[in-house]
Amino acid sequence: MPSSSRPTSDDPVRGGEVRPAPVTAAGAVLARRDDDARRPAPSSRRRSKYGLAPYGFLLPALVVYAVFLLYPLGRAVQISLYEWDGLSLATFVGLRNYVDVVTDAQLRASFGHALVLIFFFAVLPLGIGLVLAALLTRARVRGLAFFRTVVFLPQVIAMVVVAVAWRQIYAPDGQLNGLLRAVGLDSLTRTWLGDYTLTLPAVGLIGTWVSTGLVTVLLMAGMSRIPGELYEAATLDGAGPVRTFVSITVPSVRAEIVVSLTLTIIAALKTFDLVYVTTSGGPGRTTTVPSFEVYRRAFQLGEVGSAAAVAVVLTILIFLINLAVNRIGERER
Amino acid sequence: MRVSAAERAANYAILVLFALVALAPIVTILATALSPETPADAQTGGPLHWENFGRAWEQGRFSEYMRNSVVVALIVVSLATVLSLMAGYAFGAFEFRGSQVLFYLFLVGIMVPSEAIVVPLFFDLQLLGLTNTVWAIALPQVAQSVAFGTYWMRAYFRGANRSIIEAARLDGAGHHRVLWQVLVPVARPALVTMILLMFMWTWNEFLIPLVMSPNAQLRTAPLGLALFQGQYVQGTTLLAAGAVLVALPVVILYLFLQRHFIAGMLEGAVRE
Repeated sequence: MPSSSRPTSDDPVRGGEVRPAPVTAAGAVLARRDDDARRPAPSSRRRSKYGLAPYGFLLPALVVYAVFLLYPLGRAVQISLYEWDGLSLATFVGLRNYVDVVTDAQLRASFGHALVLIFFFAVLPLGIGLVLAALLTRARVRGLAFFRTVVFLPQVIAMVVVAVAWRQIYAPDGQLNGLLRAVGLDSLTRTWLGDYTLTLPAVGLIGTWVSTGLVTVLLMAGMSRIPGELYEAATLDGAGPVRTFVSITVPSVRAEIVVSLTLTIIAALKTFDLVYVTTSGGPGRTTTVPSFEVYRRAFQLGEVGSAAAVAVVLTILIFLINLAVNRIGERER
Repeated sequence: MRVSAAERAANYAILVLFALVALAPIVTILATALSPETPADAQTGGPLHWENFGRAWEQGRFSEYMRNSVVVALIVVSLATVLSLMAGYAFGAFEFRGSQVLFYLFLVGIMVPSEAIVVPLFFDLQLLGLTNTVWAIALPQVAQSVAFGTYWMRAYFRGANRSIIEAARLDGAGHHRVLWQVLVPVARPALVTMILLMFMWTWNEFLIPLVMSPNAQLRTAPLGLALFQGQYVQGTTLLAAGAVLVALPVVILYLFLQRHFIAGMLEGAVRE
């Protein structure tokens, strides 16, 4: 969103520093089409009065973009139709690699794990964020600026660093087991990243830790724009805090909820470094995710076609999520 | 809204609790990084063992990895910034045939995950003998950043005051003068946000450098850290020190310019 064209927020939560976050993600990007159409075009669309100048400005970016992004994307689709080990001649197999995504137990499992991660990266932080943001915007407490800085911090730290830190926390002699022993829960201590049932949730909770700050900051921004009179009217009508939360707060931040879900669901789908560093997909194959399968198949197993198919499916999923958000975003208007 | 003193107190408790949860892993890794590496170290020096950072720097070869990261980040940020400014100007200040279609083409790039492009890129660049070069690591990221930067700067130039452009044009300024000497200076805040985001994404990127340097000749800092974790099994002290070193550049920028990071990631976070 253009920073200048938007009035600066004066809400106290953000200290007037941060500009309001509109329904951005890709949804609104696509939705902006409407705004553009309404804006009178500077000149006839048929014949530009600027001649070739705009193309000249566009060309360098377009070349790099086409060569290093669009072309590889097309090649990924092409490769996904072949069985190829990366060295010898490829054999055309049609859509078989895509059929495998559904029928291959390992691949299906990796998408299942991604679904579990979506719960931990997106759903759980949204629940926590909604309650947290509602509580914090109800009462104007001091230190919110500091709080925002702190909870947002995990977003800027390299995922590899996050993974290294949490590996130490989850280690057999790590801080988590130390904490459990200190409070007398010795029986609960375990090798958190070596447990067949608990490793995936343990990795997921790292995602919860990363996402919650982003979601909370986003929701706090939205809630601070809800007019106070709404709450006062509701209170006069006898609505309790839970009632006002459900019928005023949550509906008012629907746009922010949609944006935060897009960002966090896509982050969950694209999880690679976290899994690579913490578990490498193990123990067994209990924590493999689609991105990890792309890497493993292309560069370790020599199943390049299959890897490309998984990557294409992943890309389509991300497009669909953005499209869905776009739809919801437009209905909001 | 007026709330009772009890609720206010409860709010502070919640605020503190969640701040602690957010900080705990970071404090943990800092504390580990500053703890004595060996029993002998524990006897010497103060309670904080800063020498660990020097040792990690040496043993983990972080000077080399950090240099690679700096080179890659410099290439990506400078190239992507210039290209994005130009493309953003083309889309923002002109209406031309095909502009809509071309713009949607750029939007696609914001959504495409690295996973989708990295596989074919590796095999094609290998054929050209370009793997294990800084270009193989940087150029795909330039393309990704350009997709975002074009979207970001176009939005800015659309919102910019059109009369400034018209006035400058009437004064006889060429397009390059309008862009670089009239618009760019005004666009500083949006530009800073864009540059910071591009830097952060490039510095923290893992998959592209992992794939593009198969024999590990050219490791960026996050990759070096992952390798260090594999080799360094005796203890966690130096690993933690290495992790702090890798995170530090972006964290320092964040602490000083956090409103750019937060606003940018919330408003333009389409890419990630």
